[in-house]
Amino acid sequence: MTAMSRKRPAILDKQWWSRYGASLRFAFYCLLHPFDGYWDLTHEKRGSMAAANTIMFFVLLTRILTLEFTNFQFMSVNWEYVNVFQECLSLLLPLIVFVTANWCWTTLFDGKGTFKDIYVGMCYSILPYPLIQLPLILLSNVITTEEGAFYYVFAALSLIWAVYLIVIAMMEIHDYSVGKTFLFTIMSLFGMLIIIFLLLLFLSLISDAISYFVSLYREIVFRLF
Amino acid sequence: MRTKGMRRIAALLLTAALLLLSTTAFAADGLQTRYTYTYDYWFDIRESPDAYRVKTVLNSTMLGLDKPMRSPQGMFVSGDYIYICDTGNNRLLEVKHENSEYKLVRVIDTVIGGTPENFSTPQDVFVDKAGNIYVCDTNNNRVVMMDKDCNFIKSYEKPTDETFDQNLSFLPSKLVVDVSGRVFALCKNVNKGLIKYEADGEFTGYIGANKVKFDMIDYIWKLFSTKEQRSKQESFVPTEYDNIYMDKKGFIYAVTATFAVEELLSDTANPIRKLNAIGNDILVKSNVRQPPIGELDWAEDADINGPSRLIDITVLDNETYVALDRVRGRLFGYDTRGIMFWAFGGSGNSDGYFLNAVAIDHMGNDLMVLDSIECSVTIFTPTEYCNLIYTANDQYLRGEYDASADTWREVLKLNGNYDQAFIGVGRSLLRQEKYGEAMEYFRYPRDWKNYGEAFRLYRKEWVEQNIGWIFALVAAAMVVPLVVGKVKKIKAEVNKS
Repeated sequence: MTAMSRKRPAILDKQWWSRYGASLRFAFYCLLHPFDGYWDLTHEKRGSMAAANTIMFFVLLTRILTLEFTNFQFMSVNWEYVNVFQECLSLLLPLIVFVTANWCWTTLFDGKGTFKDIYVGMCYSILPYPLIQLPLILLSNVITTEEGAFYYVFAALSLIWAVYLIVIAMMEIHDYSVGKTFLFTIMSLFGMLIIIFLLLLFLSLISDAISYFVSLYREIVFRLF
Repeated sequence: MRTKGMRRIAALLLTAALLLLSTTAFAADGLQTRYTYTYDYWFDIRESPDAYRVKTVLNSTMLGLDKPMRSPQGMFVSGDYIYICDTGNNRLLEVKHENSEYKLVRVIDTVIGGTPENFSTPQDVFVDKAGNIYVCDTNNNRVVMMDKDCNFIKSYEKPTDETFDQNLSFLPSKLVVDVSGRVFALCKNVNKGLIKYEADGEFTGYIGANKVKFDMIDYIWKLFSTKEQRSKQESFVPTEYDNIYMDKKGFIYAVTATFAVEELLSDTANPIRKLNAIGNDILVKSNVRQPPIGELDWAEDADINGPSRLIDITVLDNETYVALDRVRGRLFGYDTRGIMFWAFGGSGNSDGYFLNAVAIDHMGNDLMVLDSIECSVTIFTPTEYCNLIYTANDQYLRGEYDASADTWREVLKLNGNYDQAFIGVGRSLLRQEKYGEAMEYFRYPRDWKNYGEAFRLYRKEWVEQNIGWIFALVAAAMVVPLVVGKVKKIKAEVNKS
């Protein structure tokens, strides 16, 4: 069977589609039953990379739709200075860096999750964001600032829920205790800083090296000709 | 061949665009074209048609003075007369506006019967309705009052009250007089506010003192610093005012340029204040993001940077107030709600630009600005554009909302970037209960306060109009599941039996 599915492209494979649908639906189960859900997600292989990417896509889409269609009473966006790709990256990069940092720590301290597991868990955990923010766009257009409390409460809720799910997901995926989860969540945040620092250092060194060779070339050219 | 032609066209277009760009930034004479401007919601500068044009510039030659002016500091306009304090020459100049000409009437340099009879660096002048002239005779340590023929009436001297530090010399620099003859004077080195004299010349205290602010961080800092350090630090000194103006209703408008930049950013500096009879600041600031502080774009990389230092203020008869910025030589006009109408001016030598603007006043809607280095009075007259703004504002205040909306639309034709015009049309539409249209006008300048108001009413109206449908839908949503459930139940029972 595996040989068959490997030959046939996934898009034509009925089984693949049903599995994809099931894994996507499973994300909704995880929202309300996080302890149970995230355990099954990796240990019972009920999640999938494709579903995770789909959720990620909806998160990015929601972010851009929020910028464009939220009523200006609640969000003032100066489109002159908005770069859509930058907006997407500003969500994606921290997530990827967090996943990397988390993976780095947890592989050393007997976490059970692989890099892929962590990524899938993360993506499943941020489902509340599109789920709440998309209806909020509509809501923002039918209320005034005086009733803005509704808007802000729900907007905050979407983030708090997501953070809560992320913590639970990390706990279940790595089979950690509560204390260890919190410790490694904080360690991951610290790890993010180290990764960013190393990246910046690397980039600046590379750019220095390049500029050195460029100036060397110029020097030679100016002396010889 | 074809691509070559295309490329050539593209290159031509590019050069044309570049040329256009370079010419819009600077006019042919190298001066910036940005003379009059407003701010949009994002604090970006929007060029605007000129609100005021230079009508004429009065200087010593034009006035026919045998001895040219020397660093004049104060100016006052009463009716058709302009009084200029020619501080450096210890005299006053009285100029009359007649048949659209400005002519020197007389030079006042003596107080007949006063002790002493001459002035010593007079810094400000005030003329009341009866024609009595009050002069801040700074270095003679007095405010002198004389009648219109310069006969000495009385002088207001240094208060003997113990609230006035007797070691300080009494240096009155600016003054206003209210309708009942009370004198309010600003003194150098006095930070308790304005010194107030009753009409009979008796000192009766101070008004408008700054509240002394207590800063916890400063206090802790002082606990740990040595005596020498403490003495070097600035003590908690309330700010002094730089200039005052009394409007038609008797409110004193004051400006101050002594503040910390952080205070300005957190909008606690209040460089423009409107003082009531007991000295409280009652200036309305309806736009919290862009309060009336003068320049908002501080241009950190430019030669002239930092916040505005307002040096004088005047209030037109329609309650528009115009503040003068010493740093940039710019004028900022605000409406009664503290929202900027326009800003114009600049630093320089040509007409309409200033080297050291020190005083501003108005005659009708004409504005006059005194420059102490150029020794000239620049007289500005409002353009059609500015007059339309004033008319629209007046019409709104009088309750003529239809007319006001039409006038604001005229303004929009002249300046499509003008947020206030959009808000003006919107406000009138709101009063006319055209909520949907009003919303559109509030949306563009992002006036969410008014938009919220319009939207709330629009929504109410909409709900009232469609209440039948809404009820029907809600009822359907409640009844249909019930019916469906019942039907299913019956079906199940039928099937069972």
